[in-house]
Amino acid sequence: MRVDGKGIVDKSVPVSFTFDGTTYRGFAGDTLASALLANDIRLVARSFKYHRPRGILTAGSEEPNALVTIGQGAATDPNVRATVQELYEGLSARSQNAWPSLAFDVMAVNDLAAPFLGAGFYYKTFMWPRAFWEKLYEPVIRRAAGLGGLSGEADADHYEKAYAFCDLLVVGAGPAGLMAALVAARSGADVIIADEDSIMGGRLNAETEQVNGQDGHLWAAEMVAALGAMDNVRLMTRTTVTGAYDGGTFGALERVSHHVKAVPRGGVKETFWRIVARRSVLAAGALERHIAFQNNDRPGIMAAGAVRAYLNRWGVSPGKSVTVFANNDDAHRTAVDLQAAGVHIAGVADSRQDAKPLGDYQLYAGAMVTGTQGRRGLETISIKTARGTERVSTDCLAVSGGWNPTVHLTCHMNGRPAWSPEIASFVPSAGAIPGLLAAGACNGAFSTAECLAEGAKAAHDSLEALGIAGAEYELPQADHATYALEPLWAVPGRGRAWLDFQNDVSVKDVKQAAIENFTSVEHMKRYTTQGMATDQGKNSNVTALAVLSDATGRGIPETGTTTFRPPYTPVALAALGAGAQGKGFAPERLTTSHAQSVAAGAPMIEAGQWYRPSYFPIDGEQTWRQSCDREVEYVRNAVGVCDVSTLGKIDIQGPDAARFLDFVYTNTFSTLKQGRVRYGLMLREDGFVMDDGTTARLGPNHYVMTTTTAAAGEVMRHLEFAAQVLRPEWNVRIMSVTEQWAQFAVAGPRSRDLLLGVLDAPIDNESWPFMSCGAVSLKGVLGRLFRISFSGEHAYELAVPSRYGAALFSLLVARAEAMAGGAYGMEALNVLRIEKGFITHAEIHGRVTAGDIGMDRMVSSKKDCIGKVMAARAGLVDEEREQLVGLKPVGPVKQLTAGAHIYSDGKDPVSAHDQGYVTSVGFSPTLGHFIGLGFVREGLSRHGEVLRMTDHLRGIDTQVELCNPVFFDPEGGRTRG
Amino acid sequence: MRLRCPICGERDHREFYYQGSAVKMDRPDPDANAAAWDDYVYLRDNQPGLLEELWSHDAGCGAWLKVTRDTTTHAVLATALAKEERP
Repeated sequence: MRVDGKGIVDKSVPVSFTFDGTTYRGFAGDTLASALLANDIRLVARSFKYHRPRGILTAGSEEPNALVTIGQGAATDPNVRATVQELYEGLSARSQNAWPSLAFDVMAVNDLAAPFLGAGFYYKTFMWPRAFWEKLYEPVIRRAAGLGGLSGEADADHYEKAYAFCDLLVVGAGPAGLMAALVAARSGADVIIADEDSIMGGRLNAETEQVNGQDGHLWAAEMVAALGAMDNVRLMTRTTVTGAYDGGTFGALERVSHHVKAVPRGGVKETFWRIVARRSVLAAGALERHIAFQNNDRPGIMAAGAVRAYLNRWGVSPGKSVTVFANNDDAHRTAVDLQAAGVHIAGVADSRQDAKPLGDYQLYAGAMVTGTQGRRGLETISIKTARGTERVSTDCLAVSGGWNPTVHLTCHMNGRPAWSPEIASFVPSAGAIPGLLAAGACNGAFSTAECLAEGAKAAHDSLEALGIAGAEYELPQADHATYALEPLWAVPGRGRAWLDFQNDVSVKDVKQAAIENFTSVEHMKRYTTQGMATDQGKNSNVTALAVLSDATGRGIPETGTTTFRPPYTPVALAALGAGAQGKGFAPERLTTSHAQSVAAGAPMIEAGQWYRPSYFPIDGEQTWRQSCDREVEYVRNAVGVCDVSTLGKIDIQGPDAARFLDFVYTNTFSTLKQGRVRYGLMLREDGFVMDDGTTARLGPNHYVMTTTTAAAGEVMRHLEFAAQVLRPEWNVRIMSVTEQWAQFAVAGPRSRDLLLGVLDAPIDNESWPFMSCGAVSLKGVLGRLFRISFSGEHAYELAVPSRYGAALFSLLVARAEAMAGGAYGMEALNVLRIEKGFITHAEIHGRVTAGDIGMDRMVSSKKDCIGKVMAARAGLVDEEREQLVGLKPVGPVKQLTAGAHIYSDGKDPVSAHDQGYVTSVGFSPTLGHFIGLGFVREGLSRHGEVLRMTDHLRGIDTQVELCNPVFFDPEGGRTRG
Repeated sequence: MRLRCPICGERDHREFYYQGSAVKMDRPDPDANAAAWDDYVYLRDNQPGLLEELWSHDAGCGAWLKVTRDTTTHAVLATALAKEERP
C-alpha cells in the first residue's frame, strides 16, 4: 500500500501498467516491484523447481524471485527482475513458470514430491530404464523446471558497444562513490562514475538519514548535480560494471532503453562498454542476507533493508502489519521508519539476548522465527523465545541476517576475499585488482559517516598514485549508526528452510551434500546447484557456506568461497556481440569487379574475407560444370579474363631489398634482372613450405611480391618479422599494396591480341617475353603488366590503380567476348591450374617440404634463407615421404574426390594400407576426364602405378593411376608462345 | 589487457597478434648445431611468471614488440620495439 508523505516518486505523474493482463497504476519513479507492492500484489512468481509461490524479496539487482517477462514478439525480454525494471506508461509484464495461472499452478505438485527431488536427485532417480532418460525423464524435467522463454524470433532492437577512458572509475554512486568522485573531480582528474540504478545516491535514497543537516537523498542529488556540471566527469546511470579485467579494463552494461516503451528511432536498447581506467574505486555497497528458517520463502517475507527502501524511496509499505526478524541493530531501523510513517509494527524478533529496542514496539529479545503460515502469502509467524512459542499475525516479515559486502568485482582476477569476524562476512583482499581500492560498505564499513570517509580517502590515495594533487575536502556530517551483529545463519528445527530461492536449495540439501562427502564448497555448489541460478546466489551464498561449515565442523574461512566470475548481473549476448550480427560478423573484402560479377549472376564464394565469383552462368546452362567447362575452353582456345586482385601484393623497397628477398625465399632474387619476374618459394623457419608466388623487379631497389590470397596476412607479418627482428640492420621497407592495385589475368592464345587493343603502346614476344614485367599505359593511365601464367597459356596479368579496376574489368571482358572468350571464375581457374599441376594451399597445407612438391632444387645451396637449416633434417628429406603426384581414375568409377585416401590396390581401405591422399580434383574438359593432385608415398618414382582411392565420407571407391602432375603441355610451349 | 606500442601509444590487446616467446629473436647461425636450432624453433620453458614475448601490432603500425609480461597476473612490465632489443 502507498503511504502518504513518504517516498521520492513523482506522485503528480500517474503511470498505468499491466501484470498478467490486469491493469494497475503506479507513479513515475516506481519500479515494477514498488508498483506491484503499492497495489498489494504479493505473489509474483513460482520457483524454478518446486513451483512454490514467491514474492518480491529485495529492492535491487540481486532479486532471486521476482522474474517476469516484458514485451511481446521479437521484443520479448524474459527473466527481467521486477526490482530493477522502471515503470513506464503501458508496460506489460507477465509472470513465468506457472500454468495455468500464477495463483493456481499445476506443477506445484512438484513441491509434494520434494522428498524425491532433493539435492542431486537427477543423479540418483530416473536412472532406469536407461533409454528413458533422454526420451522421457529429461524432457519432462526440463519442461517442469524453468524460467522465462525466448520468443524464437530475431531481436530487432539495436545494441551497441562503446569504449571509454578515464583517470578514475568509481563503481557505485552511494555515499562512498559520490564522495570519491567529488574529491577526484575537484582535483581535476577525468572521472567516470557508474551506478546500476536509475538515480544516483545508493542507500541515501532508501534511508531517512541526514547528511550535512539535509535529507540524505537531497544531499546526494545536489552532489550529482555538481558532478554533472563538471567537464571532467561522466555520470553513467543504469550502468552496471559487470567485470574487472587485465590492465584496468572494466566491462559495463548500460541499459539505455529499458525504461521506455520502445527503443527510440536510431537509438539502442543496451550498450556494452569497455572502460579503461588508470585507477578505480569500488563503492558497490552491500547486499542483505536472509536467515534460513522453516518456510522462510512465503510471499510477504522480505529483506529488512528492502522494506525500508520501498517505504522511504517509493512511499510503499509492503504490509499493513509488519514484523521484523533480525540479528543486528540495522534492521530495527525498518521498524522505526515504518512506525514513524504510521504503519503498525506487530513485533520485532531479535536473536540477540541483549537486544534493545530503538523505538516504541514490542521486542522479542533472544527470539527465533521458527515457522510461517499462509496460503500464497504470509499470514502468521511463529516466534519462539525462552517463554515459549507465540503466533503473531503479520502480512510482512522483514528479515535481516546481516549485510554481505559486494566483493564480486575484486574476485574477477583470481582474488579471494578475506573473512571478517567483526561483520561475519567476506571483505575484499587488498590488491586483488591492480589499481582498485574498495571503499564503504563493500569494504565492510557500513555507516554513512564511514562510507563518506573511506570514499574520500580512496580517491585521494588513487590520485596520489597517479601523481595528481588531491584537492582539499571537508567530510560532510553524517550518521554513525551501530550494527552490532551476532551471527545467525539457520534456525534449528524441522521442515524446509530455504537458502537459494531461485534454485530451491534448502539447508537440508546442503547438509545432505556434506553427508555424501561433497564437503568442498565447489562440490557442494555443483551438487546442490546453490548459487548457480541467474542471481548467482547474491543473497544466499554466504549463508550456505556457513551451513556447510557447520555441517563439516570447519570454520567459514577454512570452508572458503566459491569463485565469483563476471558478469556481476546477466548480460544479453546481443549486447556482448553488438555490431557482430549479420554483416558485422566478419569483414567483407570486395574486389573492384564485385558489382559486375554479381550483375552477371556469378555465385560468389568466400576466400578468406574476400568474395570471388565461382563461375559466370549464361542462358541455357543447367549446372555449374557446364559454365566451368566453357570458361576453361575460353582460356585454352581464345582468351579469358579473371580478377586476381585478391592475391597479396607486397611492395618491397630499399638498398637491401634484393638480399632481403634472398633471405626470405629459398631461391635467389638478387640476380633477377630489372623488368623480369621470378617464381619464389618461401619456407617457415621449421623447414616446411609457407607460401609461394611471383616477385617482379621493377627497379634496382624495388620489387613487388605476390602471395596467395589465403596467406597474404601471414606472409606480411612474416616479412615484417624478418625485416624488423632478424635483419634490422638492413635498409628495406615493406608495404602491403593489395588494396591499392586491381589486377586481372588475361589468359589464352589470343591474350596479346586483346591487350593490343587496350594498351597505348604495342607489345610483342620480344619486348614482353614470358616472365617479363614493366610499366604500361592505358589511355594515359599508368599500369603494370606482368607476363605470368597460372593457366599454362600465353597469359598476362594487368594491374591498374584500384579506382580504375571496375572500368578495366568491363573493358577486358567486353573485348574477350568479342574474341569468343569472356570472364572466368574460381572453378575454371582451379581446373586450369590442376591441368598444369600448379599448387595452391590445398597442396602446401603446412606439412609439406620443398622436396615433397618436387621443388628441392629451388633451395639455393649458395646462401642462407629462412627454413633452410631445418629443411635439411633427416625426416624432411626422407625418400619415403609422400610426394606430389597427378591422379587419373582408371577404375569403374570415373570420379575423384578431394580428401579421399589412397590405398594399396587390392587391399582393404584401412589405415594400415594407407599410401597417401587426394588434395585437389577437377573435371578437365581439355582431357575429357577427372584429374587430381595428391600426395603418395614415394610418389615421384611410382608414375604409372595403379592404386585404390576410397572416400569413406562420401562412399566413393575407385582405382587411380599415378602420373606426372603436369597433365597438359608438360613442355610449356603454350606459355611461351 | 593493454599494451603500450612505442609508436602508437597504449592500445587494447585485440589490436595485437601474439607470437610467443622472444626466443625467436635470437636466430642461430646457419652453422650452429642441431640442438641450437631445435631450441630456437621448438623448445620453450613454459615457466609461470615473467616472460619476454613477441607481439605484432597488426591492427596498428605493424611494429614487432618485445613485451615483458607476468603470465600469472597478466601484468605488462615493459614494451619496446623488437628491432631495438636485439640480443
